Amino acid sequence: MKRLKLFVPLIIFLLLVPFLFVALGKDPSHLPSALVGKPLPEVNLPALSGGKIIERSGLLGQPFLLNVWATWCPTCINEHPYLMQLAERGIKIVGLNYKDEDAKAHEWLRRLGNPYQLNIVDADGRMGLNLGVYGAPETFVVDKDGIIRYRHAGDLNQRVWETKIAPIFSTL
Amino acid sequence: MMPEYGQLALIIALLLALCLSIVPLVGTYNGKVVWMSASRSLSVGLFVFVAIAFAVLTWSFYVDDFSVKYVANHSNTLLPVRYKISAVWGGHEGSLLLWVLILAGWNMAVSIFSKNLPLDMVARVLAVLGMISVGFLLFTLLTSNPFDRVLPNVPVEGSDLNPLLQDFGLIIHPPMLYMGYVGFSVVFAFAIAALLSGRLDSAWARWSRPWTNLAWAFLTIGIALGSWWAYYELGWGGWWFWDPVENASFMPWLAGTALIHTLAITEKRGAFKNWTLFLAILTFSLSLLGTFLVRSGVLTSVHAFATDPERGVFILGFLLLVVGSSLVLFAMRAPVVKSVSGFQLLSREAFMLVNTIVLTITVSFVLLGTLYPLLTEAVGAGKISVGEPYFNFFFVKFMALLALIMGIGAMLNWKKTDFSKIRKWQIVPLVLSLWLGTFIPGVIDGPYSVAAAITISLGSWVILLTLADVRRKVHHAPSLGVGLTRLSASYYGMVLAHIGFAVALLGASLNTIYSVQRDVRLTVGNSVTIANMNYELADVRRERGPNYDANVGEIVVRKNGDIVSRLEPEKRSYFSGGNVMTEAAIDAGFWRDVYVALGNQLNNTDWEVRIHYKPVVRWIWLGAIFMALGGTIAIADKRYKLLREKHRRQVEERDSPTPAIPRAELLTVDRQQAGES
Repeated sequence: MKRLKLFVPLIIFLLLVPFLFVALGKDPSHLPSALVGKPLPEVNLPALSGGKIIERSGLLGQPFLLNVWATWCPTCINEHPYLMQLAERGIKIVGLNYKDEDAKAHEWLRRLGNPYQLNIVDADGRMGLNLGVYGAPETFVVDKDGIIRYRHAGDLNQRVWETKIAPIFSTL
Repeated sequence: MMPEYGQLALIIALLLALCLSIVPLVGTYNGKVVWMSASRSLSVGLFVFVAIAFAVLTWSFYVDDFSVKYVANHSNTLLPVRYKISAVWGGHEGSLLLWVLILAGWNMAVSIFSKNLPLDMVARVLAVLGMISVGFLLFTLLTSNPFDRVLPNVPVEGSDLNPLLQDFGLIIHPPMLYMGYVGFSVVFAFAIAALLSGRLDSAWARWSRPWTNLAWAFLTIGIALGSWWAYYELGWGGWWFWDPVENASFMPWLAGTALIHTLAITEKRGAFKNWTLFLAILTFSLSLLGTFLVRSGVLTSVHAFATDPERGVFILGFLLLVVGSSLVLFAMRAPVVKSVSGFQLLSREAFMLVNTIVLTITVSFVLLGTLYPLLTEAVGAGKISVGEPYFNFFFVKFMALLALIMGIGAMLNWKKTDFSKIRKWQIVPLVLSLWLGTFIPGVIDGPYSVAAAITISLGSWVILLTLADVRRKVHHAPSLGVGLTRLSASYYGMVLAHIGFAVALLGASLNTIYSVQRDVRLTVGNSVTIANMNYELADVRRERGPNYDANVGEIVVRKNGDIVSRLEPEKRSYFSGGNVMTEAAIDAGFWRDVYVALGNQLNNTDWEVRIHYKPVVRWIWLGAIFMALGGTIAIADKRYKLLREKHRRQVEERDSPTPAIPRAELLTVDRQQAGES
């Protein structure tokens, strides 16, 4: 009987293990954004070219990727060629030039190519703040009604596109 | 080629660890002395090769070898050299290698400082440590190889080390923490060795006590550094967040604290052997569980490493193997015969036992709170975190209970205590602490706080009783000086650690009760008054650092018109990665910190400024330093030296044909030791 009592710690531990195992099966990098399922916040910011003010309603009508980028962000360089590929496939990408300088941004797009249909200038990061952006790059999937469907923090590459974004984007 | 040599060194280390975990253990069964003694040289070899691998990785960082994927991901050419070095453990793979290095270091230390232990015991202990090394080396090589290359397209520039981690705190926080975590593997190995051999006398407890104290002291410092770092670096003004990763380090600490105390009982009184064995296994298991939680990414945390389910599966398997098999061994081999020579309720054993139980219950509550999101998700309720209110609710109560019992317990004798003899030593501290507790909150500005009254009473109760006990111990001595020098190092260690606990308790509670925090909008040139202090935002200017741009605010703090300090909080944006970091400015003091952080710029002239007035916050870390010092001083106890001398004599006795020392003298040594405490 006394011996049996000594098995109690073992039993408790073994009961705990399945929970840890189940937790492993879940996608750990999935950061639920508070904004997923919510409408894209209001925009009232200038466009990078032309200087026209962009409003939220002007963005809607077809699903698009909202890509947060900046020239100070080295990962954005890595990401850029893949954005070009996506743009060539006809996917609408809207850029959010985040806490950046217009001259540098123009130079960047002239040198590396421009995958964006248009670019929003978010010089003081207010739009980024509304979106809850951690840093650049980040990509939001927005449907035609302006509802945010997915958020990816970090660079967008083929793997991320195929496993995470395409399955959502293709249903929109 | 260098990185390949590093990897080769790791593979050799793995082979040595495999030998270490098998050969000496087989030696204990077939009685081959050579096999058992091999454990020592294998331990040294293991350390040497892990150290080579670590040196190679450090070198790769130093020379910016971006062909190594881990280096490219965690360092760049702009990074100052000291951060390049500390970046070695800034990510998952490298910090794992640091873990393995420290494990090998403890392993070698045991092999060097165990000359006086029976050979079969050494062989078993080192073999168990070897097995743990095998697990972690396999983990490193199979799932987290720091030497993986990016070929052929070697990046010309690396990405930045997370700016949060570019800090002095990060340089020393993880090594200290790991020294603690991993250090508990030693007492674990001793416990397993004792279970394997069936020699469950109090000897194993005596041998493992210094190691446990040392590991505990390191962990104490590691946790305190982490909390201090969060305080000045994260810019939230908090010092503890009940973050899963913080909990992961705090649980082994709580269990380790209980373990230190039961080891003392087991050594001195031969009692509670099973409880001690269990706590030894629990403490190290919690260290492993912490590793699992941090590195599998099952819980989200500010500390989370880049995660990978494959790693999670590996550690979980390892956890299952190590913890499962040791608990099976415990259940099969732990003695069921009552080992205790009787003791009464009013004895040191009884009070220490109660407190170790309180600590263990606290651990289970922290564990439950930490795993709660996993449990709710597993039953389909979604990830629900319980957060600070839950933890604070029970933690405060348990710590209060702990303090109450601890004050009395330290004054009691082993076995039984005549209360009438100690009563007179308790009256003064009791009255004084109650008076302090009721009086002090009354003179502090603001409404009278009952919580503060209770805290101050309890804190001063522990401190005053501990001091009274020192006085009691020396009151028969001819003079105070003589009396004080007669007290043992382990006693001083206890005194210091207990006072440290009380100081940390006071710091944590009073800080929570009396802190004032405000987020204000300040126009440059304007000021605001909070808690009798006036804060003026004099200027905000732009500055450029080595790898960032910053807005630097200048805030003049005045009290009654006199300038107390000028603080310069910064908001930095790092060039690569684009991370924005808050560098809070702190005017530190023994009685209070003034803490200022710069928030967002609201328009051309207005800034969001966060101001905290934090009384006695330093006491938290001061208390931790006391505790760690106490744990370390106790190791210097001459009891351990006596033990070594005694053993040397025994060896001489065994080697010479006629006993060199009469049996009686050895017994005297034993008695002296017993009287020591």
